[in-house]
Amino acid sequence: MKAKGKVFKYNDNVDTDVIIPARYLNTSDPKELASHCMEDIDKEFVKNVKQGDIIVAGKNFGCGSSREHAPIAIKASGVSCVIAANFARIFYRNSINIGLPILECEAAVNGIEAGDEAEVDFDSGVIRNLTRGTAFKAQAYPEFMKKIMAAQGLVNYIKAKDAKSEEKPYGL
Amino acid sequence: MGMTMSQKILAAHAGLKNVEPGQLIEADLDLVLGNDITAPVAVKEFERTGCKAVFDKNKVALVPDHFTPNKDIKAAEQCKLLREFARNMDVKNYFEVGEMGIEHCLIPEKGLAVPGDLIIGADSHTCTYGALGAFSTGVGSTDMAAGMATGKCWFKVPMAIKFVLRGKPQRWVSGKDVILYIIGMIGVAGALYKSMEFMGDGLGHLSMDDRFTMANMAIEAGAKNGIFMVDDQTLDYVKKHSTKPYKIYEPDSDAEYERVYEIDLSKIRPTVAFPHLPGNTRTIDDVGEVHVDQVVIGSCTNGRISDLRVAAGILKGRKVKKGIRCIVFPGTQNIYLEALKEGLITDLVESGAVVSTPTCGPCLGGHMGILAKGERAVSTTNRNFVGRMGHTESEVYLASPAVAAASAVTGKITDPGAL
Repeated sequence: MKAKGKVFKYNDNVDTDVIIPARYLNTSDPKELASHCMEDIDKEFVKNVKQGDIIVAGKNFGCGSSREHAPIAIKASGVSCVIAANFARIFYRNSINIGLPILECEAAVNGIEAGDEAEVDFDSGVIRNLTRGTAFKAQAYPEFMKKIMAAQGLVNYIKAKDAKSEEKPYGL
Repeated sequence: MGMTMSQKILAAHAGLKNVEPGQLIEADLDLVLGNDITAPVAVKEFERTGCKAVFDKNKVALVPDHFTPNKDIKAAEQCKLLREFARNMDVKNYFEVGEMGIEHCLIPEKGLAVPGDLIIGADSHTCTYGALGAFSTGVGSTDMAAGMATGKCWFKVPMAIKFVLRGKPQRWVSGKDVILYIIGMIGVAGALYKSMEFMGDGLGHLSMDDRFTMANMAIEAGAKNGIFMVDDQTLDYVKKHSTKPYKIYEPDSDAEYERVYEIDLSKIRPTVAFPHLPGNTRTIDDVGEVHVDQVVIGSCTNGRISDLRVAAGILKGRKVKKGIRCIVFPGTQNIYLEALKEGLITDLVESGAVVSTPTCGPCLGGHMGILAKGERAVSTTNRNFVGRMGHTESEVYLASPAVAAASAVTGKITDPGAL
């Protein structure tokens, strides 16, 4: 599984209020949410983002609220991957649960600028900056998370298992 | 190796004798919680699982508190979806307007959280119930859906940070000041993925309301959960509010803590978080002249009876400065009634403040007190990110009910001791 696209770069502590402001939380429709993605930090984002583009950001990305609307908006806007130095914990698990690929790699964040073209290989965890000709290695997912991502989210992953069996739903 | 309080609760609910930080486990839940914003997404995901019933009708709680009483048509539709799901699934703990309150004020009051519980909620401030010695953490809507379907959740066992509380807080200093001080010290990611465990002989000087406030804001330091040692105050509260069986967990003497902070409560000053991070704190002595347009007193952080008593006590016999809006949000109907009986509502209204029915309201920029461009609020809520309470060019200063009430009198951020 790969991702490739233009990079949108942000700093530390990008919080869920700027990713999807509360005034838009009276809908759970992904398309509607996507139309307001990143609105309070980057008004131009929704105009400029194209399918496959990549968000690169600093520390504590997605901090604040538990609103799943945040990764939903990002995924629905066409973003193929979010790379951050590290993620806030609720945003991290929400992204995994809805199948939005995210990777933690501080070196990549330091080596990629806004507007660069980047490529990610999720199987190897290798991130390439195609504009600058550099490469970085991200921390790999634990095994069962790989399965959740492959199933495109937690609900699909659970459905794939027999609900009546003794086997634990999360395959742990 | 010994375990922390949080690790013990996780181990017990995972059917394991021992757990270690970093270990991935699957655990049984005592409560799954959601609100009118997060539950609609969860309901959609729940329906996709193909499940026909929730795992336990008594262990799901649904509280419409964010955009209620229905803010607009879209909010009304979301609440309707929640209401119908609760009815179809025969969820015992659905609280309609009239019974509902701000969820993290309501759940303990209804006796749904007790020591030793493992609780997940689709709201980041679910960590509040750690004040009762429960392991309680915020998750997203999909985890809530999976929890409602299976009664289970996966967790990565957290490492912990110990906070040893000593001494007695000064006058006008409350749980809010203590937690703002801590977040200011360690930063908004200072406890990322960790348990914040609170203990020490200073605990006795913090009321249950103080502890709820502190546990509530553990997420603002990035924590997975905040948890307090259980003492007589906790048990008094539990016995008054719940009939659920509970279990007290104490950390082992050889439990591993990544860091230990000794906090002298007597040295903490009233503390204010400046825009736009909860960790951007200053003591009241270093605030300078900050004029405000609005004061908000309430929320899941500070909407409890002792918060209202402090605020009303300051405003009684005084007036909200002309031109300032002071809006008060009691956390539940019971708190509202108690405040009525104690004459607090009279004191607040006579001072020129307004009192709302329980709702999250302006805390997250929903309704009931939104800020225009260039406006400033001092608020007892929990976040002050850009645009949190309204326009992206508005500002929110976080503070205690005492500071907020004093500020309503003067029109600028004020030390209650200086009034």
